[in-house]
Amino acid sequence: MIMGECQVKVYQPDTSAFKPKIAAFLCNWCSYAGADLAGVGRIQYPATIRTIRVPCSGRINPLYILKAMANGADGVLISGCHPGDCHYISGNYVARRKFALIQSLLKHVGLEDDRVSYSWVSAAEGGRFAEVVKGVTERVTALGPNKGVFKVDDGGAAGE
Amino acid sequence: MNNIINDIRETARQLLADGKVDVVIGYEKGSLPLKATPCFVRSAQEVDRLIWDETCENNLASFVANTPGKKAIIAKGCDSRSLVVLIQENQLLRDDVYIIGVSCPGVVNKRKIEAEIGEILEATIAEGTISVKGMEGSKEYSFADVKDATCQTCRYPNPVIEDIHMGVTIEVSQSTPFADVIEMENKPDSERQAYFNQQMSKCIRCYACRNACPMCYCPECFVDCNSPKWLTGGVNRAENLMFQAGRVLHLAGRCVDCGACARACPQDVDIRAMNRKSAKDVLVMYHHEAGISETIKPALNEFSADDPEAFLVKE
Repeated sequence: MIMGECQVKVYQPDTSAFKPKIAAFLCNWCSYAGADLAGVGRIQYPATIRTIRVPCSGRINPLYILKAMANGADGVLISGCHPGDCHYISGNYVARRKFALIQSLLKHVGLEDDRVSYSWVSAAEGGRFAEVVKGVTERVTALGPNKGVFKVDDGGAAGE
Repeated sequence: MNNIINDIRETARQLLADGKVDVVIGYEKGSLPLKATPCFVRSAQEVDRLIWDETCENNLASFVANTPGKKAIIAKGCDSRSLVVLIQENQLLRDDVYIIGVSCPGVVNKRKIEAEIGEILEATIAEGTISVKGMEGSKEYSFADVKDATCQTCRYPNPVIEDIHMGVTIEVSQSTPFADVIEMENKPDSERQAYFNQQMSKCIRCYACRNACPMCYCPECFVDCNSPKWLTGGVNRAENLMFQAGRVLHLAGRCVDCGACARACPQDVDIRAMNRKSAKDVLVMYHHEAGISETIKPALNEFSADDPEAFLVKE
């Protein structure tokens, strides 16, 4: 028992440093495969993202972003195929118009610019995916924890 | 004004008598002063209920889609734009609706008056002046001073589609569109955040805005949805903002800025501030205004290869 406690203390990581939780909505055909490639290629990137696979970036409902923020995510990363490469031909073109409006509106109501990030990552860009996650993590870490523009006190968990 | 009322009644009588429409959707005198109420006239004998003046503030387009049969509707500029959007979204057949267009000088903001002289007991409108008797005194207002905020920046007072026009058309005042939004954008982030925090803490989520809105016709609204449960049902600033922001995003490229939501709000929340921001973005980024023409596709229904993507991360 005493040995166990000692060992726990020895390997205890520094928990005081803020490690953000980032909800990452990745499109099945490009960005998810890109993340996979980063993994297969053993490319290191911060373990801050929680991946949610969606069929297409066009599938991302604006409410997903708001709900993630409401449930206490410190950041949101949205990634899809490069324009022109969509598996469903035009899904990301349609999404692009939505994202531009969402980003502008969220900034207008006072959400920090870097909380929600958007990127196009193809299935061949494993290295770039790692770079994107690194960059997003850095910026969200600099912002600190979710300041609660959309955050609900009980995390939205009550009654679920 | 009186001539317009007579013309409206005469047109409605003709339409009903000839059997061209089953119902005429218009305004009648409300039970409270300075407030007209929507009315559904189904027989030629009833047409004298119809009125038209500066108190006709509802957007009647909200009633068109769920009124069965052929209908005639009295449409102001903003109502007609709502009708265009509804037709584009297949909520309404153009052949089913006969549009009686009226040019709108703007509607009265009752709240502005009530803030000064208490609850309104009696009011008369004549030639641009409104004489009001309130609980805390009487006063005369010039109509321009108590016009609703929406109407002060209105750029489409004349109907964009109509089958018949009543009265004269109105000159459009040439002001910078979205001057209020630009002013807001230029404020620092913290100030804007504080403003919306303050507005959202007033909201009681009665959903009057949603019910007044002609574009909010979803059979199940995301706020009522249990699975997934988007909102917990608690009324707090953050959830209120999520509701309002969700609503704005649903209305992006569709909102015609009729201001029905803001006028329906019992808490005087500045709902339009967010809607107008999104309308401005749509205009700036995609050069589109909702409900101007039946043939132009709504902004979020199409795309182009060179849409702006300044929102992307730099990596």
